[in-house]
Amino acid sequence: MDIETVASLSSFLAALVLLTAFAMLVQKRIYSLIHLFAWQGLLLSANTAVVGYVAAKHHLYISSLLTLSLKVVLLPYILHVLIHRLKIRKEIETIVNVPMTMLIGLALVIFSYHLTAPVRELSSLVTRSTLAVALATVLIGLLMMITRKHAVTQIIGFLAMENGLFFAATSATYGMPLVVELGVALDILIAAFIFGIFFFHINTAFDSLDVEKMAKLKEVD
Amino acid sequence: MTFSPVEIASSAVLIHMLFVLVAALLRRSQKALIAVFSTVMTVGSLMICIAGAMTVWDGATETRVLSMGLPGLPFHLRLDPLAGYFLTVIGLLSFFVSVYSAGYLKGFIGHRPVTRLAVFYSLFLAGMSMVVLADDALFFLISWELMAAASYFLVMFEDEKPDNRRAAFLYMVIAHVGAIAILLSFGIMAGLAGGFESFDGYTFDAMRNVSFPVSWATAAFLLSLFGFAAKAGVVPLHVWLPEAHPVAPSNVSALMSGVMLKTAIYGIIRVTFDLIRVFPWWWGGLVLTLGIITALMGIVYAMMEKDLKRLLAYSSVENIGIILVGIGLSMVFLSFNMTLLSSLALTAGLYHVMNHAMFKGLLFMGAGSVLHATDERNMENMGGLIHLMPWTAALFLIGALSISALPPFNGFVSEWLTFQAFLLSPSLPSPLMKLLMPLGAALFALTAALSAATFVKAFGVSFLGKWRGPQQRHVHEAGPAMIAGMMFAAAACLCLGIFPTAFIDWMDIVPEQLVGDRLSVSATAGGWMWLTPVAPDRASYSGVIVFLGGLAVNLLVYFVLHVRPGKIHRVPVWDCGFEKLTNRMQYNSTSFAMPFRRVFGFMASIKEDVSLAPQPAHAAFPRRLHYHLRIRDRFWNWIYKPVSDASFWVARKVGRLQQGRIQAYLIYSFATIIVLLLLAVI
Amino acid sequence: MTGGPILTEFLQIMLLLGAAPLFIGWVRTLKCWAQSRDTAGVFQPYRDLARLFTKDVVLAENASWIFRFTPYLVFGTAILAGGIVPMLSTDLPLGLSADVIVLVGLFAISRFFTALAGMDIGTAFGGMGSSREMMVASLAEPAMLMAIFTVSLADKSTSLSHIAEVAFSSQALLKPSLAFAFLAFVLITLAETGRIPVDNPSTHLELTMLHEAMILEYSGRHLALIEWAGMMKLFLFMALGSALFFPWGIDKSGDLSGILLAGGLLTIKLGVAGVVLVLIETGLAKMRLFRLTEFLGSAFLMATLGMLSFFILE
Repeated sequence: MDIETVASLSSFLAALVLLTAFAMLVQKRIYSLIHLFAWQGLLLSANTAVVGYVAAKHHLYISSLLTLSLKVVLLPYILHVLIHRLKIRKEIETIVNVPMTMLIGLALVIFSYHLTAPVRELSSLVTRSTLAVALATVLIGLLMMITRKHAVTQIIGFLAMENGLFFAATSATYGMPLVVELGVALDILIAAFIFGIFFFHINTAFDSLDVEKMAKLKEVD
Repeated sequence: MTFSPVEIASSAVLIHMLFVLVAALLRRSQKALIAVFSTVMTVGSLMICIAGAMTVWDGATETRVLSMGLPGLPFHLRLDPLAGYFLTVIGLLSFFVSVYSAGYLKGFIGHRPVTRLAVFYSLFLAGMSMVVLADDALFFLISWELMAAASYFLVMFEDEKPDNRRAAFLYMVIAHVGAIAILLSFGIMAGLAGGFESFDGYTFDAMRNVSFPVSWATAAFLLSLFGFAAKAGVVPLHVWLPEAHPVAPSNVSALMSGVMLKTAIYGIIRVTFDLIRVFPWWWGGLVLTLGIITALMGIVYAMMEKDLKRLLAYSSVENIGIILVGIGLSMVFLSFNMTLLSSLALTAGLYHVMNHAMFKGLLFMGAGSVLHATDERNMENMGGLIHLMPWTAALFLIGALSISALPPFNGFVSEWLTFQAFLLSPSLPSPLMKLLMPLGAALFALTAALSAATFVKAFGVSFLGKWRGPQQRHVHEAGPAMIAGMMFAAAACLCLGIFPTAFIDWMDIVPEQLVGDRLSVSATAGGWMWLTPVAPDRASYSGVIVFLGGLAVNLLVYFVLHVRPGKIHRVPVWDCGFEKLTNRMQYNSTSFAMPFRRVFGFMASIKEDVSLAPQPAHAAFPRRLHYHLRIRDRFWNWIYKPVSDASFWVARKVGRLQQGRIQAYLIYSFATIIVLLLLAVI
Repeated sequence: MTGGPILTEFLQIMLLLGAAPLFIGWVRTLKCWAQSRDTAGVFQPYRDLARLFTKDVVLAENASWIFRFTPYLVFGTAILAGGIVPMLSTDLPLGLSADVIVLVGLFAISRFFTALAGMDIGTAFGGMGSSREMMVASLAEPAMLMAIFTVSLADKSTSLSHIAEVAFSSQALLKPSLAFAFLAFVLITLAETGRIPVDNPSTHLELTMLHEAMILEYSGRHLALIEWAGMMKLFLFMALGSALFFPWGIDKSGDLSGILLAGGLLTIKLGVAGVVLVLIETGLAKMRLFRLTEFLGSAFLMATLGMLSFFILE
């Protein structure tokens, strides 16, 4: 594979990551959302491997495998189990309507492109142009956390944000040192467990996972 | 003996002015008045059109200084290609409308005298031509006011209706707020051009020769944009337009929508491209954004409207938006020094100026014929008119096809050119513009599609189906003069759609003088049949082939496959086995617009009341459904209501000064004099 | 200009006329297989058309000339469009007279008249169909333009022949912008040609109809023309997709062998397109009318993402 093909392959994967980010933003069914999250993880893992190949950095293969096992297999599995246990079936309610959310998402992409344009000029990496996509993925994940009412979808939004950060790391600097990445992966895993435990508590306390119900907790009326 | 264009134009203006005296003499005999009126107006507007067309053809600029005016500031006249282009538009549509008026005014005989209509119509035409001819700020503003005042009286023509008086008042207020802004803008430019002490700066020539500092130029631009936008009906200054245009007599509505709005466009072009000339890119961005918002809002409101003339008025708002999009794009390209693209966008905008004059004139004339025949403006009470008014229906359909931007009619050409200008925007150097422009193009496409839907509704509900009103009145086809007027306009729509290259070849001098590049070299590179804005392998369109090809294919299909008359059976509509279909069961304007209200309704403030009331008289239907729908401009509540409430509040406070006693007023004058004297001392 | 291009043009139009019913027949057959039903064979659409052509026309009493004129116009416009889209060859005499925006305009004019015809009789169903069809169209139009925009960015033209030639010589599908534009184009095609999930072409329930509701009052030869034009429209959109995104094999020189090859490849492409179409239609249910804003909104989103990724990634 020559560098040209790799670059275009990497761009293509970046575009797909962006697509999955948008799909997660507008997806209303919770199981499909988890599947999309798994797909995004798979794309990330593939992208990491491709970058590892082009930059000849072998620790990226390890982090690619790590992503694969953690984000494609383990986390979706945990979420599945969680949803099954909590008996969540109905569609997720969004706060803003779907076309509007899409437009805000598009605006975020344009914004991140505008923001990363200077970096693009400076960097010489093959993958530099995907930085805008990575930033957009982070912002869209945040947007997803804002527009959703359900606690589980908020977690998925959070994980999507983390995906964006990981993507940014691979595309901007050919990945963080392996130790850091291992640490982050462990953090994510532990976070997922903690969230799971919290969900059970929230569910028993409020009889629902609608985060708006938690507004009751505020002290001042 | 030959006359120069400026002489022809000014004598036409003079003829219009003199007609006022003639009208005063003829007011006893309305029939003679109408005959003289339509002859004089037809000739006068034809002269204006010829003068304009000649100027553009020659590409020459002529100036005259009249011996009238203020001391030190005589009236300056100037006829350059830009002015000539707008004169052509004004003259051409006034010609068509004047032909139409010959028949239209006859409808008033026996109901009300038309002297006032004739007089102000004539002054209105004179005013519009003078605005375009003026070459100094003072003459411009005088003409501007003449135009505004004349149109005010035309809107007030049927002044016994309170709605008309209210609409005319609103129109007058906004026109004047706008005029003040224009005056201030000219004041700034004149002050910088010739100093605040003399009148020298008030000629446009003086302004042209100065390069303004950016801050002052921006102030002048924003003020004049505000002023002209108020006249053109740019959102959010558009609220007067759907009130005033529909209540005027239909021939006047045609002129107001068709050409009066264009004088404001002329003003914007004159001030930015000609007087100020050099500007930062965000000016263009502002005009472009305003244009897109105006176009979208205008068409969404038009879609929800059920009054045929109001629908057309809102659609004028939309078309002004489309023109502004062209101008804004041109300004953006020009400020990055991309002259060819700037010329392309400006050509698109100017082309649409002509197109809109033609099809909106046609549509208003058609609506006038319908109003004339049925005495009805509400589409909910129309239907099936195609059987009773076949000519009007066919001509209205041509107007509807043109305005919906369907090939091979003229609206398509200008929108196609605008799209091409949009598609070339990625060559802009600024990355943010590159990304935002295409989104503008998408909104523009939405506008075009919505306008097709709107005119399917307008034509479908008023001309097709069956009569929806309570009882069918005696409906008759429009008279020959009215049909002739509409036919001319329809022919113009078709010709402008089929021969765009010839038209662009003719008008090319205007963008060349304003932005410094011409389109015709590249636009006609592939021969006169193909319009190729930039290069043949970039994009091309041939109106002739689409028209002839469409015609040929359709005729062929018709002759090969058409149904023999013997094989057609006319039967009543299948009623699904129910007893009887009534005309009230048809889809009407409100129901047609329902999906659009659901999707785009957030742009308007919609109040929908559905209630069930008991109906004891009817055993079979014990409940009666009442449905009430009210749609208002959001801007009315956002901007106008606060302003009007505030001004009433101020007026009431100020009203306390009114004591009704003469001494009190003397004290006020006395106090004023004292204060002024004191100020003079200080 | 020699006779070659004109002959190609003629061949293309004949192909369009002849193969459009076959394609529909193929799609219906596939659908039957997918749903384990018996098929009527791929040639059933021809038999349907032939039967309709022999029947008398029953017209409502108050139908005006618009109602009678519309079938011919719709049919004629479809034929004209067939002369513009490069199916076999890019060397078309009509190709220069219209670019892809004009093509969209041509489809718009036949839609305009169909909607008017729906309102002409004055029944509730016709008006309902017209109103809904126009709404779907007005939502599809911005998405369509965005897709065109993206393609014209990548290929530097809006002229169809030119796009096909440029796309042919570049590795089109690895470009994310074109991939997105293609996805958007698929969604728009479903909306514009009235397929599931936007409209159901085989519905018999008036309330769920869009396109069918408008043409409910047509019969005999008129109906045959409209149906045939509808088949041609679907065929044209497939051919358009092939020209914009998969222009492999479309002939450039105009010699016979090239055209034959193009025809063969087109058959394969259409066969695959039919399979994809059936997979989509079988996998999805018809959407509620007001969910369509989301559907077409996604089409718009895809097209815009395509445009953005052209600037960001390429």
